[in-house]
Amino acid sequence: MADITAPAYRVFPIIPALKPGAMEGKGPFVAGEKLNEALGFPGQLVEDWHDRAIGKMGDLLSKYRSLKVFMDACVHCGACSDKCHYFIGTQDPKNMPVARQDLLRSVYRRYFTLPGKLFPKLVGARDLTREVLDEWYNYFNQCSECRRCSVFCPYGIDTAEITMAAREILDTVGYGQKYSNEIIGKVHKIGNNLGLPGPALLDTLEGLEEDVKDATGIDVRFPMDVKGAEVLLITPSADFFAEPHIDSLIGYAKVFHATGTSWTLSSMSSEAGNFGMFIGNYDQLRTIAMRIRQAALELGVKRIVVGECGHAWRVAYSFWNTLTGVGEGADANDRFAQMLQKQLDHRYKQPAHICEFTWDMIQDNRLTFDKSANDKHIITFHDSCNVARGSSMGDLPGGQFEIPRNIIRAVANNFIEMAPNTTREQTFCCGGGGGLLTDDLLELRVKGALPRMEVLQQAVDEHGVNFMATICAICKAQFTKIMPIYGFDRKMVGGVHQLVSNAIQLGPK
Amino acid sequence: MASIVFAILFYLATLLLVVGLLYRISTYARTPVPLKIPTTPAPKTTGGVVLRMTREVVFFESLFKANLWIWGLGWLFHASLLLVILRHLRYFTEPVWEWVAFIQPFGMYAGITMLLGLCGLWARRMFVERIRYISTPSDHLMLLLLIGIAASGLMMKFAAHTDVIAVKTYFLGLMHFEVGMLPADLLLMVHLSLVVSLLVVFPNSKLLHAPGVFFSPTRNQKDDSREKRHLSAWAAKLESEK
Repeated sequence: MADITAPAYRVFPIIPALKPGAMEGKGPFVAGEKLNEALGFPGQLVEDWHDRAIGKMGDLLSKYRSLKVFMDACVHCGACSDKCHYFIGTQDPKNMPVARQDLLRSVYRRYFTLPGKLFPKLVGARDLTREVLDEWYNYFNQCSECRRCSVFCPYGIDTAEITMAAREILDTVGYGQKYSNEIIGKVHKIGNNLGLPGPALLDTLEGLEEDVKDATGIDVRFPMDVKGAEVLLITPSADFFAEPHIDSLIGYAKVFHATGTSWTLSSMSSEAGNFGMFIGNYDQLRTIAMRIRQAALELGVKRIVVGECGHAWRVAYSFWNTLTGVGEGADANDRFAQMLQKQLDHRYKQPAHICEFTWDMIQDNRLTFDKSANDKHIITFHDSCNVARGSSMGDLPGGQFEIPRNIIRAVANNFIEMAPNTTREQTFCCGGGGGLLTDDLLELRVKGALPRMEVLQQAVDEHGVNFMATICAICKAQFTKIMPIYGFDRKMVGGVHQLVSNAIQLGPK
Repeated sequence: MASIVFAILFYLATLLLVVGLLYRISTYARTPVPLKIPTTPAPKTTGGVVLRMTREVVFFESLFKANLWIWGLGWLFHASLLLVILRHLRYFTEPVWEWVAFIQPFGMYAGITMLLGLCGLWARRMFVERIRYISTPSDHLMLLLLIGIAASGLMMKFAAHTDVIAVKTYFLGLMHFEVGMLPADLLLMVHLSLVVSLLVVFPNSKLLHAPGVFFSPTRNQKDDSREKRHLSAWAAKLESEK
């Protein structure tokens, strides 16, 4: 770890030259037997991996139109080729989105298309060999599923969909990734990704109540398992103890307190994150999401609000309604969804992002702020990939960009944008998303952060920026880890609700 | 002899193209979309999606964001190709439709700009390191095929005229299942052979990007996941099994 250094900033953001093989063999640790079996996958690479992998590919091609169309449609135009942060940082050509896709597409062509069966060399089709399988493992675990490439593709080909399919195939043959499968195991066994058991969680929350009381003199509550509460807060478990995440959790609690909203956490469902998406496994994605439905039904809440977490918000916003019925607009005879949707209060968005909740309250003049409390900060905002390109907020397209910025402007005086082709829908991934936030991938994470660090440095040099706000637990964890390697203070990164927490006025108005 | 061979080839190629495309399109249409995955920000209404798709198909909006060179060359080629194809309708209609007659001169120049666009795209494929890296032999051949079609067509127009009236009579005949006489002209044979190849290759290659783009869920889905429950058949089954 000590020998990992930050790559040099590009003087001018030129497209890097290719360094073939630069990241070969630098994939993450392979999952062991117990981790795989706990999720119903084979413990280790099965004997007939070849046939099973091709079989699974055929199965996925028949289940996902995205995969089917994306396998056929690519024309190798190269529009995406310089758009991936991992390619920019590592210069490995197989980290170009199109080349990453082609690792799978070449096999698709060989086994599922006529030209690939007849003239494999001509159309770049390959047999599935052990080398190819290893290459899949290596490079599909160097994609953070951030969807940046999909913004630029003339056919909307989303490498994330292809990475998910590849990981699903790998898991099917017993070749899973340790970090993701371990985390999914924990969420099933203990209730959250970090493996915090209920009693420890209660302890932490009581400690937080004392801390806030000491700091503000006010009894801000952090309730757990309160039946009949109005709001169920589902937040990434990192918010319970990691720095700087916890400061945002305090921020949510203060917003609920100041607006007199009754709310609760759930000890059974104490995790917003859903790594089922990262490994592309629908059953896992669904099973993990079902915990939220169960908690909502058991606690009888009227609203479900999601804390600052990027991929969790994508799953919540885009998938929860499909997976669990958390949302609205189910058919009248859809008993599964109606059971929950009848309980929820549809004057509000279901689910809602905590930023939507806070912004609504700000607009209703139910919160007051002392903006000067944030005057020590010159703030910029890092759009998190899954929020930016896989979800929305509010009523208008692009609300996912405007609402967090509106909140920052409402609670602080100094806000600066980073370079325009690196924010909003064109934002760069932090370098740690998609199930890659593990120390065995630290080199990749450091290199993948390069494009973001470059523009942050620019904002620091030009505007004296000293705080980068973001609304994602993975972004926060990744940046606090890799920013020191780039020479930044790790305290520079924090949540939007951390800023809210600094400025909010809790006393009588 | 050539007349009969080409008649058979064109009937076969057309059949393969139509059947192949229908098969592909029906596969795309039948494959479920279990999750909402529009690349956001995405339109919230059907009208918005129609607009987004139109911008994508007519102006190559995403490609424009990506790279001005690829966009410029690609758009030049595609727009020219469209004009050229429309211009060719004159060989299949009698009397020639008015608007087809009107675009004839534009179609003529479009042949040239099409060739320019193709050569530019091929140059990128050869000289830009990243794009050379991702290119397969078929990527080069596909461009060569199109360049061959454009070049042979242009040569018939500007260098060695062929008897277009006879060609037209031949194709009008084919449309009524009558095989007439095709002028024995080398350039014409080359041009027609390449076109036949293109028709056959189309439904079996990356040229499927043309129908594919309309089925791309990241582009054609509405952003209404919270407002309307989206459920595919196989995903719904998971609920009833419980």
